[in-house]
Order: sequence, then C-alpha cells, then structure tokens
Amino acid sequence: MQTKHIKDKVDPKFFKEHQEKLYQALEDKHTTVELLDEEDPLGTQMVLNMGPQHPATHGVLRLILQLNGELIEKAKLDIGYLHRGVEKIAENKTYQEFMPYTDRMDYLAPYSNNVAFCTAVEKIANVEVPERAHYIRMIGCELARISSHLLWLGTMVMDAGAVSFFIWAFREREKLYDIFDNIGGHRFTISHSRIGGVANDLTDDAIAMIKDFVDNFPQELKDFHDLLDRNRIFFDRNREVGVLDTERALEIGATGPTLRGSGYAYDIRDFAPYARYDEVEFEIPTRLEGDNLARYYVRMEEMHESVRIIRQCLDKLPKGPVRTDNAKQAYPSKDEVYYSMEGMIHDFMMTDTGICPPEGAESYHAIEGPKGELGFFIQSDGTGHPWRLKINSPSFKNLQALEDILDGEMVADTVVIIGGVDPVMGDSDK
Amino acid sequence: MGIESSLGDGYLTTKIDALTNWARSNAAWPMPMGLACCAIEMMAFAGPKYDAARFGSEVMRFSPRQSDVMIVAGWVNYKMSHAIRRIWDQMPDPKWCIAMGACASTGGMHRCYGVVQGCDNFLPVDAYVSGCPPRPDALLHALMKIQDKIRTEHSVKLDT
Amino acid sequence: MDLELSDSLKKVVDGLSSDFSDKFIEVYQSSGDTFVRVEADAIVQICRYLKNEQHFIYLTDMLGTDRFTSEERFEIIYNLVSLRDREHLFVKVRLPEEDPTIQSITDVWKSATWLEREIFDMFGVKFENHPDFRRMYMPEDFDYYPLRKEFPLLGIPGSIELPSTTPDTE
Repeated sequence: MQTKHIKDKVDPKFFKEHQEKLYQALEDKHTTVELLDEEDPLGTQMVLNMGPQHPATHGVLRLILQLNGELIEKAKLDIGYLHRGVEKIAENKTYQEFMPYTDRMDYLAPYSNNVAFCTAVEKIANVEVPERAHYIRMIGCELARISSHLLWLGTMVMDAGAVSFFIWAFREREKLYDIFDNIGGHRFTISHSRIGGVANDLTDDAIAMIKDFVDNFPQELKDFHDLLDRNRIFFDRNREVGVLDTERALEIGATGPTLRGSGYAYDIRDFAPYARYDEVEFEIPTRLEGDNLARYYVRMEEMHESVRIIRQCLDKLPKGPVRTDNAKQAYPSKDEVYYSMEGMIHDFMMTDTGICPPEGAESYHAIEGPKGELGFFIQSDGTGHPWRLKINSPSFKNLQALEDILDGEMVADTVVIIGGVDPVMGDSDK
Repeated sequence: MGIESSLGDGYLTTKIDALTNWARSNAAWPMPMGLACCAIEMMAFAGPKYDAARFGSEVMRFSPRQSDVMIVAGWVNYKMSHAIRRIWDQMPDPKWCIAMGACASTGGMHRCYGVVQGCDNFLPVDAYVSGCPPRPDALLHALMKIQDKIRTEHSVKLDT
Repeated sequence: MDLELSDSLKKVVDGLSSDFSDKFIEVYQSSGDTFVRVEADAIVQICRYLKNEQHFIYLTDMLGTDRFTSEERFEIIYNLVSLRDREHLFVKVRLPEEDPTIQSITDVWKSATWLEREIFDMFGVKFENHPDFRRMYMPEDFDYYPLRKEFPLLGIPGSIELPSTTPDTE
C-alpha cells in the first residue's frame, strides 16, 4: 500500500496531525511477514482500527492493525487516552499527599502500588519500618495480587468466550473487597500504607476473615483448574497463540508474568527482596513456551503461591507497633494527636511539610506488582516535594511487548492475546 | 411520535406516555464508558452481588446504537474526549448520561493539564455520582434516579 | 570518595573508567544505588560495552529530568539490570537546553523505543536514528513539553481542544 493511499483514505475528524502521523508510522513499520503482490482484486488488505472504546474491558487502548485477510501484518498501538500527568502532579504534592494517586495507577491491585511508593520513599529517606508493618504489607500485597489475577482470569476467559467466568471471579473478588473494607475502610483503593508503616492495625475480625478466605480459596482455584486445565476449547484458543520467544522477551522489555511465561525467572521478590520476603518460602513459577497458555499457567500458580505466602505471614505475624515512632518521618498515632500537644504539632508538620529526604538524594526502588516490576525513581531537592518522580510502570513495557507479539497473529486472537498480556491503562498511561 | 401529537392533551396521550415511560425506564441498557478505576466498580455493579440486571439494565451493550444510558466511569482525558463525544452522538434518542465518580463529574483529584475538569464540559449529564470510586450501591441509586427522570418525561403528551 | 561497591559492580566501574577514560566523568552512590555519569556523545558505545561485556542485558527504565539550571539543563538516566550478578546500574548523561539531542540506543536494547518516545514527549529531547519517532501520550497537535518546569500544572488554555457540543450534521 502506497503512502498516498493511506493519507487519502484516512479522514480524521479530530487531532488531524496525530492521526496522520500514526497511520504513517504504521505504513513505515518493518514487516516480518511476506507481502502479497500489489494487486488486490478481492480487497483483502485493509487497515482496521480497534478504537479506544471497545468491549474487551481492558481500558482505553487503541490498536491499528494492517490486515491481509485474517492475518495481522503489522500492528501499532496508540496509548495516552488515559494520561493525566501524574508525574507532574507529584512535583507539587508532599510525599504523603501523593498516596491516593498511586492507588489509581494500577487500579486492579492498589495495595501493591501503595507499598511500592512507601518503600521507595523509605529507601531515600532512610526510614525504619517496624516488623508488624512489614508483615501486614505483605499480606495486603498478596491479597491484591490474588484480586488482580482473579480479574485477569475473569476477563480473559470471558474474552475467550466463557462469559460465566466473569461472574464467578467477581464473586471471589467481592470476598476480597469485604476484607479490604474491614482493613482500611474502602473496597479497593485504600491507601492503607503510610510512610513508616501502615495506617492502622489489623483487627482480630480482619485476621479471622483473611484466614477464612485463605482456607476456602484453594478449593475455588481447584474448581477453576478443573474447568480450564483440560478444556479442549481453551487449549485451542490459547496454545501457540501470541508467542513471545525467550530471547525477544528480555530484549523488548517485557516484565512480570509475560516475562516469566517466556522463560526468565525474574521476580523482584527474589531478585532484591523487600519487606521480609526473604523470610517466607515461595516458588517462582516459570514456563518456557511463551504463548498465552504459559502466561495462564504462570498466573494460576502465582495465585497458589500467594495463598502460601499469606498463610506463612499469618503464622509469623509479630506483635508490636505498626508505624515508626520518629515524628519527623511518620504520622503520630491518633491517640497522641488528640491528647497531647506535641502529637498535634507533629501531625500538623507532617501534613504541611511532610518528610524531607536529604537534598540531592536520588534512589530507585521496585516491587513485584501483579503485572510486573513497579518501580519509583525519586530525586529529592531537600523539601517535602519530590523534584522528580518517575514511575516505572509494568504495563507500559508489556504493551511494548504486545506491539511485537501481534505481528503475524490472526485478528480473531487479538482479544485473547491482550487478555493474556493483561495491561492496565491507568498504569501505562500514568 | 408525530401523529399522536394531534390528539392533544387527553387521557389517551397521558396513558401512552405512562406506558412508554414505564417501558423505557425498566429497560435502560447502559453503555459503559469504562475508562479507569470506576470501571471496576461498574463491573461489580453488573456483577453478582449488586446486580444491575434486576433494575432492567440486563446487558451492558458496548455498541452505542443499542444502548440508552451512557455511564462515564473514570477521568476523561482531552485526547479521549473526542472519542466519547463521537460515541455520544452515535447513540440514538432518547439517551441519558451518568457521570460516575468524582473524576467524571468535576475532574476529581486530578487537577492538571491532561484531565478535562468534568465531562459536563462536552456532554449533557443527567446524574452525577460522587465517590472515588463510588460504591456500586451509589451507582444503583443513580440508575434509580435516572429511572425517576424517565418516568416524568413527555413523549406524546404536549407540554404547553 | 569512598564507595561501597560489590565485586561485580567494582569490576564494571573499573572497566568503564579504563576503557572509556575520556568519556567517564564521575561515579557516585546515593541511597545505596550506583550512578555513573558519562559524556553524551559516547552513550551508544558505552551501552554496547555494558550489554556485551558486563552482562547488563535488561534495560528496565529510562527517564528524563529537568534540572532547571542554565547550563546542562536536561539529564537522561538509564536504569540497567544485570540478571546474572543481580545488580542495578544507573548511567547518566547531561544535555544542554538549546536543542537537546542524543543518539538513540534502540540498536542495543529494543525496549528503549517507547521509553525514548516518552522522554521526547515530556521534555523535548530529540533522539537520532530512532525507528519510530513520535510523541507518546499527548497528541501530535500539542506543541508543548509538559514535564518541563516552566509548563504550568493546569496546562495552557487553548493548547488542546475539546470536542464541539453540537453534533456533526452528516
């Protein structure tokens, strides 16, 4: 297809320059599949736009596919339909004020984002966190991982055709929502972590609910396994679909289950452990094939491992404070704030100025979120606002890998592949 | 409904009105414009615990031509606003709009260059739901308010 | 300056300072992370050296910073990971305010493609020899670079358009 053909066929109603450059980039993209000759009497070559609003419920992702019949020759992704400028907002807020924004990034597992941000700030400002807070954070992170993988399971299997899985996954998620409601007061975007610890302790009620969930959930997982593991239809839809080779996976920058489904056992909980992950035992599930089925197995096994980690954490949960006592680094407890003058002054100073890392300090800290490596790079200028906060988001890199995976696939598999890679647009579009 | 307007303001027209309004309000199929975190609560609103189907929103129709209510869930970007407006224009009359969450109503906590401060800058909104994200019960309340609004509409009866 | 480097990182820093001694400016540590600052024109050779000789096979992140100083205003930081030695290394370059341009490293790591586009979108730093050089988040019609310090948080009114509220008559 010639250049002038694309520009004549594209008639944009808004953002004209943007659309023209996008289609031009599609035209210029390197083709790995043989092109047929220029004659196209049946009109089998076309450019398909899966626009920003489409039913595959993965947010606002726009795909532009150049098709030859049913085969995708080249694909281009257009993201930025959910961009807010969170990094610019961070330069104007104190570190604690920025917490709710981290919730809304990967909005399927908000607890992980909170912990990621808190550990990054604690690293640059050198804050000690008590033991009990570490274990509470681990329990929260693993519950968030289970919650995110449940939604992935529900939507991917619904996209593959089995619609009732969505309802079952949401039934399990409602139980998790009840637990989070009990812990932090909100169903999912809780902002429970604070710099220096957690906001409040787990009540006995909450611990009983978590124990109850952890006892009943493996049976549900077994039911899901029985339905899908030997299902001929599921296999045919997912085996050898969306293959990402081992060499290409690391090169293109995939992370999380996408990378582990292609052979690299790269998990930050093992690579650079944070929050007492070196004291609990768990395995890192990895597969070598790199297709959609491998990613499915990796995530299902991760859910099993999360249950195992939560059980160990509940056994090992030590007694003690849940936030550090240092008034310059963490909020005082509510008792102190209401009943003592220093407590009130410290609370005011923490809200007004907040924690001030040393001037010129910069550091990077990453955690293993459910989608992959979520890292924060903070540059401090000595005040309570960061000078630069960069979010290393896993979905951004997985979407880059998706652009590579889609070349050479069938157009009917697109939705299942997107489901298998599991992007979250709030995370990739910051 | 042109020919009935010649019948004027009588028993027949009000009863036809009541019938059409009853039918429309109990079958308000939503078109979920699920953009961000509120979309997850919207999925829970359609899920098993807070079932939207018992209110008549039986299916979430992703095609604008087949839906009545558009639920804007999540913050609206300048880049995305054009796409949303196009979809709104494609929806056939009668149509209503729910702005779900603080971000869709007023821009919410995102007061910055990328976010439109409220989707009512380019859409005619009928119900605003506050919350970040609002509980599914709150969204059900908004749906019920839209149903009340539908029941007081005039399609046949002359409004003089 | 006393640095507490692990053995593998010490080997890397020694290798860099000996092989690229004229391009190597400084090495320092901050909060446990090791930063190496190099000249901007040698970045492709240094990255190739780090990937092939020192086994830094994974590029996790690339970010830009606006230092808001009158000279060498922009800074680009490359976040490299060595899976074999379990190490992070941060390579920094500084660029002037007037027409900041640097070679693209997409030949060395393909994951730099989108990361460089994002830095261009947010800061205006141009990357030469980039396979697909466009903006990332903001539409092409947008004329400003949002993460520069002089761009206001609330944006510039009129810089990006809203849809019209009267439907198209087609």
